[in-house]
Amino acid sequence: MPDFDTVTPLPPAAKGDFSAMFRALLLPHRIVMLAIALAGLSAMVLMMNWSWLPAYLPKLGEGLLMTLYMLVGSVVMGFLLALPLALAQVSGPAPLRWLALSFCTVIRGTPLLLQLWLFYFGLGSLFAQFPEIRGTWLWPYLRQPWPYGLIALTVSFAAYQGEVMRGAFAGVPNGELEAARAFGMSRFKVFHRVWFPRAVHRALPTLAGEIILQLKSTPLVATITVTDLYAVITRVRQATLLTYEPLLFLVAVYICLSAVLILALRWLENRVPTGH
Amino acid sequence: MLRKLSICLLATTSLAAPALADTYKVGISAEPYPPFYTPDASGNWSGWEIDFMQAVCERIEAECIVTPLAWEGIIPALNTGKIDMIIGSMSITPARAEQIAFSDKYYDTPTGLLIAKGTDFDATPEGISGAIVGAQSGAVQQAYANKHYAATASDIRIYQTLDEELQDLAAGRLDAVVGDSLAMEPFINSDIGQACCDYKGAVPADPEVLGYGVGVGMRQDDTALLEKVNAAIAEIRADGTYAEISKDYFSFDVYGE
Amino acid sequence: MLESIDFSLLALDAPGWGGALLRGFLRSVELAAGGYALGIVIGVFGACAKLYGGRVARDLAEVYTMLIRAVPELVLMLLFYYVGTDLMNRLMQGMGYDGFDVDGLLAGILVIGLVQGGYATEVIRGAIQAVPRGQIEAAQAFGMTPGKVLRRVTLPAMTPHALPGMANLWMIATKDTALLAVIGFSELTLVTRQAAAATRSYFLFFIAAGLLYLALTLVSNVILRLYERRARRGMVPVQ
Repeated sequence: MPDFDTVTPLPPAAKGDFSAMFRALLLPHRIVMLAIALAGLSAMVLMMNWSWLPAYLPKLGEGLLMTLYMLVGSVVMGFLLALPLALAQVSGPAPLRWLALSFCTVIRGTPLLLQLWLFYFGLGSLFAQFPEIRGTWLWPYLRQPWPYGLIALTVSFAAYQGEVMRGAFAGVPNGELEAARAFGMSRFKVFHRVWFPRAVHRALPTLAGEIILQLKSTPLVATITVTDLYAVITRVRQATLLTYEPLLFLVAVYICLSAVLILALRWLENRVPTGH
Repeated sequence: MLRKLSICLLATTSLAAPALADTYKVGISAEPYPPFYTPDASGNWSGWEIDFMQAVCERIEAECIVTPLAWEGIIPALNTGKIDMIIGSMSITPARAEQIAFSDKYYDTPTGLLIAKGTDFDATPEGISGAIVGAQSGAVQQAYANKHYAATASDIRIYQTLDEELQDLAAGRLDAVVGDSLAMEPFINSDIGQACCDYKGAVPADPEVLGYGVGVGMRQDDTALLEKVNAAIAEIRADGTYAEISKDYFSFDVYGE
Repeated sequence: MLESIDFSLLALDAPGWGGALLRGFLRSVELAAGGYALGIVIGVFGACAKLYGGRVARDLAEVYTMLIRAVPELVLMLLFYYVGTDLMNRLMQGMGYDGFDVDGLLAGILVIGLVQGGYATEVIRGAIQAVPRGQIEAAQAFGMTPGKVLRRVTLPAMTPHALPGMANLWMIATKDTALLAVIGFSELTLVTRQAAAATRSYFLFFIAAGLLYLALTLVSNVILRLYERRARRGMVPVQ
């Protein structure tokens, strides 16, 4: 399988050297650049029109929650779905392997936006054709837009992460598995004591990059009327007819979100012993 | 490779630099909006408003290029110079008039409410209570729904295009759609529309939000163009061209009062 | 269910939408190719700034790649679309070219290219670092100017190392063009959306468009594999 769409991994985790990071900021040219950046920022804050911000803060908070909910939900569910996808490709029987492979190829070979619209509007046209669906217990969920967004994001994450996990499972040295079997472990025990933890360990460094990529995909759900952070900003743009301010605010929020995520994931990564 | 690239860059700039005297890019929404404008399969746009646009451009002796854009970004696109005019069913509202200049109105139709069959919502704030309402992003109806329905409706969902709203109304995911009555008419009269939905008539008037008819949008510093367009609209109204264009599309006077 | 689908809607001539879809597809490929090429140019400059640039250039390149990697493509594209073309218009007007016309294709290429450039910078930087220092030093010892070293030695020698990453970027570029539909560019996804809305055959058109994207991905993949094998000829296979 071609390995397209793997991410440039993030630089290796810095191990708790915040004081060094701080000192690096104190180089003379950086002080000047920081000063320019701060001047630019304060010019933005003072000269541009931010009067809309207080009125929309509660809505922005709700939007942020929806974004995080989409991110966490799709990452957790996508990871769980990625495991069988990867296992089927590494050690499944031929038909299963073939199925998992074509699933990953199709999802990774088409734009997420298109998948999202196919899923949301395509199913919508079915509801119009077969009104009996509206009588089922699923209907209250099918009426909401968020399940479609969550499922499309989950499937997408699973396809990309499945590829990473496939490599990770295949990369666990055979000797380790043989040793486990020699100890008389059952197939299941070999999997959950040795193969699986070792594979997750190998995949961990790319996970941070994948999660950031997933965060960057979440605003697409706004096009199927999910009110995430991006959708709230779109409403602000409509209401205020401002071109730049809401977009710049959005950029700032996403930078903060990415930074927090990276720091959190690095902290997590540093807690896992490397064993080297 | 770099040399080739710089030649390319030179070629594009020299081609674009001597801009033709009077060529205007006219923005419309990149979606089918019948009967005002619809794309056919070969990418040509047609409809009442396209005919009207041609008539205006003839009068101001300019060549107009139809430029489809996302509706929600059409005012920034005008103000940042990506287009020069908006002739895309844009209502003249006080909020928009702070950002762009409007010509005199050239048509006026009421905003109406379409509801799913089997429900008994109506267009008043009380009557919409508990409904999931759809509105188009950046349209006057979005502002109207936010102002009048936000307190009582159970949810207001924002769509990029009117078609997608109507599709979701037919699918049962929306209870009501607030939209331009004329733009919704082809859907209301279609088989799907007849089967799924009931038209509840115009919403209670609020020109502050819904606007004072539809006008041509231009940049505020394009005052010369504004005068020419206003003169053109007056001429089209006076010499019978307006009625001539309209009779193919409407059985009533779309100019309103 | 299958008999309820009207495949004649995909006919190449109007009133079928097949021709429109193919034209949109071509537009998508143009946008992706142009954006990709621009991304490579930005990437070479960015990588050089990061590796050989002064302190300020290095930090600026760092900020640029950080921005590209942290902010959603959709938001970046909106921002570049308004800020980028606005600035360009003003710049051209300032230089005396009245009414420089940033048309759809050019603006789309600019937007895709600026996003691609951030990732390309990282890929090319990594590839340059993989070139043995001795080769570059040997070129310098021959008295080549820095520009000549870059053109004659560094860039050709780093190409095989950059290829896998650059192949990824091409795949991302083709799919990122779909995001332009949200801004209103007439490319495959937007044409599909219009066709689906006009005919109410959502499944048919979205699946047809999906197949076109998939075909593009798979064909590109085969070509890139062949090219990679060619570029790697004579190199020791990587274990």
